[in-house]
Amino acid sequence: MTYLHSIGEYFLMLKGVFGRMTKRSVLRNLIFKEINELIIGSLGIVCFLSFFIGAVVAIQTALNLNNPLIPKSLVAFAARQSVILEFAPTFISIIMAGKVGSFITSSIGSMQVTEQIDALEVMGINSKNYLIFPKIIAMLTYPFVIAISMFLGILGAYVAAVLGGFVKPDDFVSGLQDDFVTFHLIYAFIKTFLFAFILATVPAYHGYYMKGGALEVGQASTTAFVWTSVVLIITNYAITQLLLS
Amino acid sequence: MIEVKDLHKAFNGEEVLKGLNFVFERGKTNLIIGQSGSGKSVFLKNMLGIFTPEKGTIEYDGKPYSEFTDEERRELRKEIGMVFQGGALFDSMTVKENVMFPLKMFTKMKKTEMEERVNTVLERVNLIGADDKMPSEISGGMQKRVSIARAIVNRPKYLFCDEPNSGLDPTTATVIDNLIQKITHEFDITTIIITHDMNSVLEIGEKIAFLKDGLLAWTGTKDEIFKTEDKTVTDFVYSSNLFKKVRDAQLKGY
Ligand SMILES: Nc1ncnc2c1ncn2[C@@H]1O[C@H](COP(=O)(O)OP(=O)(O)OP(=O)(O)O)[C@@H](O)[C@H]1O
Ligand SMILES: [Mg+2]
Repeated sequence: MTYLHSIGEYFLMLKGVFGRMTKRSVLRNLIFKEINELIIGSLGIVCFLSFFIGAVVAIQTALNLNNPLIPKSLVAFAARQSVILEFAPTFISIIMAGKVGSFITSSIGSMQVTEQIDALEVMGINSKNYLIFPKIIAMLTYPFVIAISMFLGILGAYVAAVLGGFVKPDDFVSGLQDDFVTFHLIYAFIKTFLFAFILATVPAYHGYYMKGGALEVGQASTTAFVWTSVVLIITNYAITQLLLS
Repeated sequence: MIEVKDLHKAFNGEEVLKGLNFVFERGKTNLIIGQSGSGKSVFLKNMLGIFTPEKGTIEYDGKPYSEFTDEERRELRKEIGMVFQGGALFDSMTVKENVMFPLKMFTKMKKTEMEERVNTVLERVNLIGADDKMPSEISGGMQKRVSIARAIVNRPKYLFCDEPNSGLDPTTATVIDNLIQKITHEFDITTIIITHDMNSVLEIGEKIAFLKDGLLAWTGTKDEIFKTEDKTVTDFVYSSNLFKKVRDAQLKGY
């Protein structure tokens, strides 16, 4: 019952977000600020994680390929598939739920508990639009992050496979090109867009509707991380079932 | 002028306001006093439209809020300045950006005009040189003053202050009280101030509503409040030792 209530409240919030718009010049500045904070601010950790995950996937695959009949280029193929299909879009999004998500919840939540949202409303500003809309628009650039993550993941795999002496460079490159299905990339980016929307709105919901004080802001961030992850994973399952099977 | 008629507000079935009637006059500092938890902030938030009352009407210069269209409500809100209990400054903006915010959102002023207006207002509240500080970098009293500056920068018709001088030293508190009173007279604003500070009552209580158990237990002016025999009022007024001693001294004829 309370879940149903929350889901209803979430969609009401979205209605408000896309309701009356904030003055355009103000909105534009807010969007740039959010891109800087949410997207640019996350690139470092995303690059770092992607490279090493790709590397580990390559090493694991290589170590498990003992059968001489299976070509070593399979390492590249496996790295490409796992990075493009899941590691970059899904795994990185879970990380982002922790980083970007808790930032969104705590920043909106602390505005709620210190009456800053009331202050906006009293001035006649649509606070949902003012606070959440720029975050959603900023997150539209999230697919670029995932594209970088895919590239670095595969680069990591290449470096690990070649430096580790598991695969020859030529074999790796040919493995990368084996059975490439363009639709897999489309699928990955469709879900990235959905994840971006979830990453912006689910934590925003938890911040916007929270009650209490500073302590509760911390709790709300944790709850937001849990729920954002759950929604991401369920969406991932649903979209994979829908598009790939 | 804001006229409140038979205002009721409940949370989860528990009535906080049980039928309030009062007229907040224009060009005067109207005070709402009462104990912590008596519903002062809730009263104010009903008038601001943050809460919707279960029953009763609130009229802004003769027109009930319920009859305002959405557009008119937005216009009305641009004419309201609000000083929140905790200041409610936007903590991602500097002092100057906070004060400039209403101008940026609602006027077509040029940057230089806005800067000029902001400087004038900041001077008014005795805050010079803190422009580029963040709210977290200034003291509580300064935050309150920034909050007042933000509330008056767009020349409101209505000014609402929720305990503008709580947590301040007596000198600063008096300065702020006098500032609000002066602005009220100068721009003919309908000002409503929540306070539990008897000093403020003494200074600026041009019209007073005493809230107790969800009802207005007493109304009057600052001169009347120190003469009244009403026990609920005297209990509240003389709960402060200082005022009790002053009264006893008076009674003894010092
Ligand atoms: N949003 C809300 N939801 C539920 N109950 C509320 C809400 N806001 C206020 N109340 C209740 O209404 C009552 C009055 O609260 P209010 O904040 O108006 O007190 P107050 O007179 O302003 O006190 P103080 O002087 O401490 O600020 C309290 O019992 C409070 O719990
Ligand atoms: Mg209060």
